[in-house]
Amino acid sequence: MKPDSFEAPDYYNLDDLLSDEHKLVRDAARQWVKREVSPIIEDYAQKAEFPHQILNGLAEIGAFGPYIPEEYGGAGLDQISYGLIMQEIERGDSGVRSTASVQSSLVMYPIYTYGSEEQKKKFLPKLASGELMGCFGLTEPNHGSNPGGMETKFKDGGDHYLLNGAKLWISNSPFADIAVVWAKNEEGRIHGLIIERDMEGFSTPETHNKWSLRASATGELIFDNVKVPKENLLPNKSGLGAPLGCLDSARYGISWGAIGAAMDCYDTALRYAKERVQFGKPIAAFQLQQKKLAEMITEITKAQLLSFRLGQLKNEGKATSAQISMAKRNNVDMALKIAREARQMLGGMGITGEYSIMRHMMNLESVVTYEGTHDIHLLITGADITGIPAFN
Amino acid sequence: MKILVCISNVPDTTSKINFTDGDTKFDTNGVQFVINPNDEFGLTRAMWFKEKQGATVHIATVGDASVEPTMRKALAIGADEGIRINAVPTDGFFVAEQLANVIKDGGYDLVIAGRESIDYNGGMVPGILASLLGMNFVNTCISLEVDGSTATAVREIDGGKEKVQAELPLVIGGQKGLVEESDLKIPNMRGIMMARKKALNVVEPVDATKATVDSKFEKPAPKGAVKLTDSVDELVSLLHNEAKVI
Repeated sequence: MKPDSFEAPDYYNLDDLLSDEHKLVRDAARQWVKREVSPIIEDYAQKAEFPHQILNGLAEIGAFGPYIPEEYGGAGLDQISYGLIMQEIERGDSGVRSTASVQSSLVMYPIYTYGSEEQKKKFLPKLASGELMGCFGLTEPNHGSNPGGMETKFKDGGDHYLLNGAKLWISNSPFADIAVVWAKNEEGRIHGLIIERDMEGFSTPETHNKWSLRASATGELIFDNVKVPKENLLPNKSGLGAPLGCLDSARYGISWGAIGAAMDCYDTALRYAKERVQFGKPIAAFQLQQKKLAEMITEITKAQLLSFRLGQLKNEGKATSAQISMAKRNNVDMALKIAREARQMLGGMGITGEYSIMRHMMNLESVVTYEGTHDIHLLITGADITGIPAFN
Repeated sequence: MKILVCISNVPDTTSKINFTDGDTKFDTNGVQFVINPNDEFGLTRAMWFKEKQGATVHIATVGDASVEPTMRKALAIGADEGIRINAVPTDGFFVAEQLANVIKDGGYDLVIAGRESIDYNGGMVPGILASLLGMNFVNTCISLEVDGSTATAVREIDGGKEKVQAELPLVIGGQKGLVEESDLKIPNMRGIMMARKKALNVVEPVDATKATVDSKFEKPAPKGAVKLTDSVDELVSLLHNEAKVI
């Protein structure tokens, strides 16, 4: 793997819109990724192993619940800081960012937003410090884009709930200490439950042979008559809107994360194109390569502005789910296209682990699918502007 | 032990260097500023004294409000308090006089400055500072221990190292070796949060000597085209007749 000589593009001086604290948070995350992630990530991706040793570091740079208030162990930062941290981590690897996204938006966010005071005090500080790791169970083998059809259910067992069912494609599941799981009660209403690793009947088999997010641990959640204490039910929200609220938070972070992956591919391709000589001149001198690079920086700049504005709206509590869908869809698609173009610019070198591009490209195939597929997000925009949902 | 670390706000080493105002001023447009690396080695060593020997660490910077992000980073790394002397630094003598003014009544046992800043590379501040303060001085320092009121320092000299002992108070001109690059601290979230609440005091400058004036900056001439040759005779001829270096 080449030394990480990444320089972040900022074509529209977006840094001028950031506060000093935003930049401090962002630069710390960037420095940490250069020091702790870049040197090892290719090796772990090749081995298809999750680098557990980086969890402490992720917690230290505030990647776990940065917007959770300080009283619950978070950093009390704003949404733009959260986005910038996700951008920097995904600049290193989408799989590592996925771990942080899940912990922040899909585990800490629902406990903070829908949980009881006791649940918040019990779990949030340990999740922020990385002492506990979490995962999120919504998707099922038969229910991906249509989570409302879920089959996982629980019934009242007197002093506990009895949970049965299975969840699939769960980031962090193989090593998570807790899982925030969405299941239907006997009336068919969706509720969130906190499942703990040592509960009897709960297992988390790992999903192997992925060609994507190889440095991230993915698995299943299987519930075979799991007795869940009643105090582990998230009391303050039920219905499909509850898990979708978590996804809004995660998708917002992904919109920033994808920019990170795109920036890394662009920066790598730009540097390579200026150094690689063919026909007596650097390939950056050729119009076809310039077209690729110019379009990349244009798309990155547009994506940066989209996420920055969305961050402002999130800070003001005004961002809609449909606006978040637009940013997630646009930015991940942008990053995937840039990864593919950048891969071509590097020729044969682009397929090797010497460069990060093909790893980003393969990772982004998951990112374009998870947290709402590319197509579903388009239909969310379609439903929003026409008032007519096309998917049900 | 009370330590003051002098922090210079310098362009990141990857910055593109340009000048404005008829080549008399550095163009800061689009330039990222960082803690001067030689100062950062000193700051990191000061953090070691804080952690291991209970030292209190202050930082001081001569600069306008634009240097505060760099100072906040130093506070996020762990310095306890900052002093910003509200003046645009001109030359080394001016900076040293401003720093000496805040240090002289501060009760500091140890003043650590970088051997030189990586922007103008003057290398003057620590020496002038020691002289103005009447303190002992060790320059090009690559190792520093303090036991009671005695410091043991190793300095880099031509062809070797020199180990010296000096009584506190002491001024250090520090560099890589005080700590290694891998020891440099990345501000963690707890540090960033705590830095919000730490004092960053602004003091007005004293009248100071401006010993020099920048009259013009020039960039080195761009590198010319490379001429490749397979023939040793031709190479010798080119070096002798064209490059005129042999």
